[in-house]
Formats: sequence, C-alpha cells, structure tokens
Amino acid sequence: MATAAQKRIKSVSYAKYGYIFILPFFVVYFIFSLYPLLQTFILAFHANGGRTNLAFVGLDNFKTILATPAENDFKAMGIHDTFWRYMKNTVIIWVGNFIPQIALSLLLAVWFTDLRVKMPGKGFFKVVMYMPNIITAASVAGLYLSLFGDSSYSVINMLRGCNNPELGVEPLKIITGVWSARVLVMFIQVWMWFGNTMIMLMSGIQGINESLFEAAEIDGANSRQTFWKITFPLLKTIMVYTLLTSMIGGLQMFDIPFMLHTGNVINENIATVAVFVYQMFHKNFAKPSFGYSAAASVILFVITSILGALVFWVQRDKDAMEKAKKRRQQIKEAKRRAKGGGFSI
Amino acid sequence: MSKRITYDDGKGGYQTQVLIKSAAIYFALILLTLICLVPLWILVVNATKAHADIISKVSLIPGTHLFKNIKTLRTNTLYSKFFNPLRGMLNSLIIAGGCSALTVFFSGLTAYGLVVYDFKLKGPAFVFILAVMMVPTQVTAVGFMNLLIQMNLLDSYIPLIVPSIAAPAIVFFMRQYMLSSFPLDIIEAARIDGSNEFRTFLTISIPMMKPAFAVQAIFAFIQKWNDYYTQSIVLVSGKKEQLTMPMMVQKVISIDRSPDSGANYAAIFLSIVPVVVIYIILSKFIIGGVAAGGVKE
Repeated sequence: MATAAQKRIKSVSYAKYGYIFILPFFVVYFIFSLYPLLQTFILAFHANGGRTNLAFVGLDNFKTILATPAENDFKAMGIHDTFWRYMKNTVIIWVGNFIPQIALSLLLAVWFTDLRVKMPGKGFFKVVMYMPNIITAASVAGLYLSLFGDSSYSVINMLRGCNNPELGVEPLKIITGVWSARVLVMFIQVWMWFGNTMIMLMSGIQGINESLFEAAEIDGANSRQTFWKITFPLLKTIMVYTLLTSMIGGLQMFDIPFMLHTGNVINENIATVAVFVYQMFHKNFAKPSFGYSAAASVILFVITSILGALVFWVQRDKDAMEKAKKRRQQIKEAKRRAKGGGFSI
Repeated sequence: MSKRITYDDGKGGYQTQVLIKSAAIYFALILLTLICLVPLWILVVNATKAHADIISKVSLIPGTHLFKNIKTLRTNTLYSKFFNPLRGMLNSLIIAGGCSALTVFFSGLTAYGLVVYDFKLKGPAFVFILAVMMVPTQVTAVGFMNLLIQMNLLDSYIPLIVPSIAAPAIVFFMRQYMLSSFPLDIIEAARIDGSNEFRTFLTISIPMMKPAFAVQAIFAFIQKWNDYYTQSIVLVSGKKEQLTMPMMVQKVISIDRSPDSGANYAAIFLSIVPVVVIYIILSKFIIGGVAAGGVKE
C-alpha cells in the first residue's frame, strides 16, 4: 500500500512548468508580431489617409494595385504603376543576383570540399568570403556610392580621368542609369551573399557519404563526372531549399535598393516591392497610405506562404511517407482479402 | 626516394594534373579574395586621407589623416547635426546587446520548455513556431507601425529591444540542438537533489548549452547591429541622441555633393570597424554557425 506521501509524489506533474517556460515567447510574439500581422490584414481592407476611423473598402486597395485602374483616376494609376514597376525591379534584380550567386557558390563549395585538391589557407578564404555579409548594408551602400557614384570624383570616374578637367572625359552615370544601376545592385547582392550560400552548400556536400566520392575516384571518374553524377543529384534538396529561401529573401530586399542614391529621392530604377511598402506607411514620406501598403504586404505574404509551403514540401521525409503509404496499401489489401473469404488460394 | 605512384592516362601524371588544378583554383580564389577586400581597402585608405588627396588620384597607400577626418565629422555642422560616432556606437551597442541577450535567454527558455516537459499544447506550440518562422518582417511592418502609434511607442527603444524575446527561428535551432545533445537524465538527477526547475535551467542547462548560446548570441548581435529597417521605422523623428550607427551612415551618404569626402569615408569606416573586429575575433564560431544553420535537419 502506498502511503499518502508516496501518492502525492507520484502525482507531481511538471506540465505547468512547460507552460511557464514558453509563456514569455508567446506573449511577446502575440503583441509584437501576430497582432501587427492581423492589423496589416485589417488595414488592407480599409481606406487610406488618416489613422483612425478608416472606412471599410473591401478589395479596393487590391484592385487599385493589381488591376489597371480607370484612365482618369490619376492617383490610382500612380500607385498601380509604381507597384508594378517596383515588382519588375524586384524580379529582375533577384534573378540577376541569384543565378551568378548560386553558380559561384556551388563552384567554390565543390572546390573547398574536393579531397584531391591540396589547399592550405582554406580557413582564410572562407573568412574573407563571408566577411561582406556582416557589414552594415548602409555602409555597403555608402562604400559603393563612393566607388561607382555619378560624381567626377568617384573612384571609377577618377580612374577614367574625369577629375582632370583638361582631359574632358564625361563621368559615367552608373547610379542614375537604368540597367547600370540594376547590375550594380545585383553585383552588390552577390558580393554580400555568395560567402553565405557557399558555406551552406559546403555543409550540404560534407553531409554526402564520403565513400561515394572515394568509390568514384577509384573507378576513375574525373571531377566533372563526380560533380554531375554524385554531388549535384545528392545536393538537389538543399539547392531547392536555397532557391526558395533566396526567393523569400529576394521579396524582402530593401536596404541596398533603398539607400543606393545620393540626395533624398529614391532611385526608382532599383526600388523594390519592400521599398513600396515602406514608402507607403513611413511617416517621413508625404502622405501615409496604410491601405495600399497593407494590401501590398498581404500580396507579399501570400507569395511568401506559397514559397514557404514549398520549402516544407521539399524537405519532407520521403522515405517515411513512402513507408506509410505502403503500410496503408497493405492494410487495404489485407482487408480486401479478409472480405473475399475463401475464394483466394 | 620512395616510389611515386602515378596513374598515367596519357595526359601527364596524376600528380601533375592535381598540381595544375590546384594552381588554377588558387588563382581564382585569390581573385575573389581581392574582389572582397579591395573595396574595403579603398575605404580604409580614403578614410585616412585628406579631401584634396582623395580627389586628385586613386591610390592604395593609406595616409595619416584619419583623426582629422573624424574631427571634421564632429566639428562641421553639416555632419555633426546628426553624426556622433561615440553616441551612435553606444546606441547600437545598447540595442544589439540587449536584443542579443534577450533573444538567447528566452529562446533557450522556450526551447527548454518544449523539449523537457510534456504538456497538452506542446505539439501545437511547436507547429505554431514552425509556421511563423518564415513570416517576413516587411509583411508585419505596416501593422507594427500602427501598433507603435496606438501604444505611443515611436522614438522609443522598447519596440527595438523587447520583441527579440520572441525569435521563432532561434527557438527552432535551439530545440534541435537540445534534442541532439542534451541528456535529459541530468534534469531528473537535479530534481532528486532538490533543485527547482528554474534553477536547473539556469545552473545546469545554460552552461551545458554554451556553444549554441554563443553562436546565436553573436548572430543576433550582428543582425541587430545592422538592422536599419526596423530602426528607421521606430526612430522616426531622427533625434541625434537616439540614432544608431546605420541610421547615421545613411544620413551621411545621402548628403548631396559632400564637401569633404575624407569625412564621408571616415564615417563609413567607423560604422564597420566594430562588426569587422568582432567578426575577425570570432570568425571560427561564426563560420561554424552558418554551416550548422544551413542544414536545418
């Protein structure tokens, strides 16, 4: 017989500590992230202008942004055009930075993990290549403005001799040019992020069973064959993961496109959707239009959710799912047989 | 001399091939290193030169004008009306340091709660954290701004620091780490010895989780130091005493036709020195942390 004391000890439950330990996270998350998220959704369906007592306007904000507005509605036309121009910039800059970045990172990752290549100073190269990623984007923008700026005294223009009036060389206008500015942003994005992607891909390659590479080497495969037949197929999942997270990151691209200009006017040729959202709600820009900003945010949210769902789908455990499917089939089969009675042999 | 094994395939020895390949790779790596470092080196060089020298010719040899340039930043009202390097660094340090400490402590606490205890809402709580991990800051920004207006929190450090208590991605990382390398028996042992739950967390699990805590703390610090977006949303009035380093730099670079480019370079230089120093000292940790976070399995 258990004594009363023993019974009491047996019934000690630690469950309440679980709740206590996770409580601060959820309280803060609800106040500072979930509530703002709901607010964003609510604001997306309300009129623009002041901040209180906004009228419910249904899908009007989305219509203005997505569908072509009436020809005499200049304000809506402006919003619509700006959004699509910025969206176009976002896509162009993302594609132009992702393709070279993934190619370069993959090449470097393969080199760094190649058993055959003797390479002293590997650590040094990794440290240097990751370094641009930790530098404040504002400083990076300032640095590149002084290197590739429009003035006659930017480094690139001085190298061309523009600082000497006698030569009469016209300065290059990289920042105000449409495509030159875009290419520069792409370059900066690659410069900042290739080290990060490289390290991620490297840890992916290191996760591949080493004996596969050794077997390939013994069988006489050259580097190219090893890459296309072993590394690349086995790296597919992590590559797709990198692609999708980079897309989500690309939709949020803000700092460099927002800051790569002198003066106070935003460079429209490189402004992204995130800049659109920011401009529409930030106090420092003429008229806050929370409705449009929120509607654009909701559009971004929907796209991000789809991409995020794809990430989970890619990363799902295929073997486990296959097994579960087989088991279900076997159960079905067994049931069918049981029903069929004695007819089957 | 020992015998050298060669795999002769008609294109020269195996060793020669490896040597040629290594040389080519080395060349490419040095080129990339230069691309990474030359912009930063030009920054250092120009930050140490006078305006007249900078605009006369491009050179890669540092000068001796750094302190004069910094002095210009402090005395010329064009800069000093918003740029004060010490103040900016202090402000950034308060924000980044506070965020980093809160993030690590509370993410550890949350992960601990999710791993160690069994309770009804454990599953749903974890699924929730997974689901919100990828919600971008930009999407909540409008609502966040609205919240700040409603709660009268604009131009305050509270909305910059307190939200770091809830960092879903870091909770996720810490949970994975605990599941893989935290022996739960030790908690049982601590209970038998009479330690209460909070004390067990503080004095046993935190020291055991030090590596994970350290990496996440460094990342959180660098990320928050660099977070121009949130800072510029919250600190709308742009009061000089409140500005952080990235915001000050942003104001410097948007000066049209700056009269003293040496001072401009010096401002950018000052803003990156702290992070670069931290990075170089802790680079081993940081690179390891990126690699560990890459494979989220």
